[in-house]
Amino acid sequence: MEKIKADLLILGAGLAGLRAAISAAETDKNIKIAVISKLFFLRSHSVAAEGGTAAVLYEGDSYDLHAYDTIKGSDYLADQDAVELFVRTMPKEILDLDHWGCPWSRFPDGRIAQRPFGGHSFPRATYAADRTGFHALHTLYERMLVYENIERYQEYFVTSFIINKEGFSGLTAINMKNGEFVLFQGKALIIATGGLGRLYSFTTYSHTVTGDGAAMALKAGMQLKDMEFIQFHPTGIVPSGILITEGARGEGGYLLNNKNERFMQRYAPQKMELAPRDVVSRSMMWEIQEGRGFTGPWGPYLLLDLRHLGDEKIKERLPAIRDIALKFNGIDPKDEPLPVRPAAHYTMGGIHADNDTQTPVKGVFTAGEASCISIHGANRLGSNSTAECLVFGDISGRNAALYVKDAKMNDIDMDKVKAEENRIYVDAFKERGSETVPMLRRELNNTMQEKVGIFRNEKDLMDALKTVKSLQERFRNVYVEDKVMEYNTNLFTYLELDNLLEVAEVVILGAIARKESRGAHYRTDYPKRDDVNWMKHTIAQKVNGEVVLSYIPVRTTKWKPEERKY
Amino acid sequence: MDKVIFRIKKGTPEKWEYKEYEVPVENGTTILDALYYIRDNIDRTLSFRASCRMEVCGSCAIMVNNFPRTACSTQIKTIGKKVITLEPLAGYKWIRDLVVDFDEFFKKHESVKPYLVRKDNPEGQLLQSPEQLAKYKQFTLCIKCGACLAACPVAVSDPFYLGPAALAAAYRFNADSRDQGKNLRLAVVSDAEGCWRCHFSSECSEACPKDIDPAGAIQKLKVQAAGYELKRFFHLGVKD
Repeated sequence: MEKIKADLLILGAGLAGLRAAISAAETDKNIKIAVISKLFFLRSHSVAAEGGTAAVLYEGDSYDLHAYDTIKGSDYLADQDAVELFVRTMPKEILDLDHWGCPWSRFPDGRIAQRPFGGHSFPRATYAADRTGFHALHTLYERMLVYENIERYQEYFVTSFIINKEGFSGLTAINMKNGEFVLFQGKALIIATGGLGRLYSFTTYSHTVTGDGAAMALKAGMQLKDMEFIQFHPTGIVPSGILITEGARGEGGYLLNNKNERFMQRYAPQKMELAPRDVVSRSMMWEIQEGRGFTGPWGPYLLLDLRHLGDEKIKERLPAIRDIALKFNGIDPKDEPLPVRPAAHYTMGGIHADNDTQTPVKGVFTAGEASCISIHGANRLGSNSTAECLVFGDISGRNAALYVKDAKMNDIDMDKVKAEENRIYVDAFKERGSETVPMLRRELNNTMQEKVGIFRNEKDLMDALKTVKSLQERFRNVYVEDKVMEYNTNLFTYLELDNLLEVAEVVILGAIARKESRGAHYRTDYPKRDDVNWMKHTIAQKVNGEVVLSYIPVRTTKWKPEERKY
Repeated sequence: MDKVIFRIKKGTPEKWEYKEYEVPVENGTTILDALYYIRDNIDRTLSFRASCRMEVCGSCAIMVNNFPRTACSTQIKTIGKKVITLEPLAGYKWIRDLVVDFDEFFKKHESVKPYLVRKDNPEGQLLQSPEQLAKYKQFTLCIKCGACLAACPVAVSDPFYLGPAALAAAYRFNADSRDQGKNLRLAVVSDAEGCWRCHFSSECSEACPKDIDPAGAIQKLKVQAAGYELKRFFHLGVKD
């Protein structure tokens, strides 16, 4: 067993993880920082973010306005002091990226360009064409190379957090290249592992987004928050689910039904296609339910029409969308509208943390989609997630660096390490049963898609819970058939499925308990928001092997809940 | 539905063989879809890298009938063959099945100092006109899939050659109006294993899934490097 020691361990190397690494390295050049990911850093799902990064940069916009939009968008579940911190910190992050080489799109006078986005009352989505996440991540990666105290552990699959009474002590992992077991010891950990979208079958998420951080946190006794809130992005292209950015509507694209109507007129007459995502996605599903969708071999869909934007604008502002449509669907958006349907896109919930990104476990911090601070509440606005990764990545890196300066290395409970080694190298390979990873995963995906999707109700959710419980049981009959230890994807997909099954239960339990409709969580049996009973955060924690729910209040400052109309 | 046979190089450097798998194919089915189909339905021990499936993460480049391609964005029908051979990327150390070692690739990339260098500590925006942005924009699109290196006749035979991806990254920053570190990079790329190794066969640009022209970038880099070498030779104030 290889042992690797560093002061600070950062798990995940998307926008939040790399921003954290840079921030920690700048805070203290004498600490050793290890960034660990199951992917080469540039493969992280952040590269898939397209449309923009929200920030207040120019005259006419204000922090209050950005905060209000975000809080209203969250359906009043966001913690308002966290949102204020977020909007005020964000402009500096845009400038940092500029100074580090991000190829921001520009206005003719050379200033960084911005465009409109859903739910924002000012065009504040700062963009680099329609590849904003890609360029931001590459910029952070490049910048990271400057710091000598950042060590990179790419393609290390972390399997568990080792936490004891004193707090954090280490991680167990597999070196994917050779299959060897690795122990990371550190004084602090930043969890930046992203979301859990591969719970669903129709999704914009990369194949590798499997809720690993949340699942390991749960297993280690940590608290997850608001996990029932899953965002469905209105425009996943059919059939692949690949994201078509909200920027396409920001630039003026229309959503059309089979009567050639801009149906958003019915649901959000003011904001139309640029209403927040929960509103647009629900509207699309209603259109489909009422027979105004199109039917195709890959299920129902609606149309995203960009033809009126013209070829030039499409090529300049939406080159990646054009490329995706051409390469994956054989459609040129200047000639033909794109077939779209809402797709699982973002995890509003995550690991519970305060505004300093500190979790209740000593030495453990979290940032980005993996965390729940919470600035998105029940529904995230487009262009606020890349922004969140930057702001809270930065804060977590700084705070963790300050923390490790005076902290000591905790002793590692070697019994836990041995048990984990046994789980992976003995149990997982023990031949038994006839069930396989793809069989169970498919069933999980279909269940989540059909029963824990945009519209939810008690019966479906109870059914889903039963299925997931039985899948957890049946998972014991699954084993790793591949005996070659070099890059054993059979083993990694096995561990990922375990993680998905772990978090699926929490999503469903939260959704069953929450008897109201708020943001992305829409209960057809409780279609109204209920501020008296439910303006509170769900906390899920494992106690003696069972998930237990509790609730904490939402922190408000100056914005009173009001009806959401767009 | 049509069927296509995939012949896949499977195993490790010690022990390997070509295995055949039959996959149903329709319009729109990609090579990556086929790989998932095989792993989910036929052979769960098949190992390959993939993540975004939208040609932006750079994970899934492999040799498809001896040509490097990103599996996710390659439509099977456009290849027009009933039998398709899949192998790991050429010119890389092979780990197993379709997975190769990328460590050297990323080390080469890092060696050219692919980051913006500033001598000052700027405060506000670094203004850049759309025209200035256009000068380097295409080279920012590189997804580091490594296909260019596998296509390059020099890189596959000379493991020390920096290769098209790294050199294009050097040019990307040298052409950025905000950058002040051009000479730092020229010192690296004007080395014998740098831009002068390029024969301008342009196979890299052919192979690039993002339609970037690394071969063109390398030629521009040669011009910069020649100027840099001359100045250095005559001691004309090249510091950096």
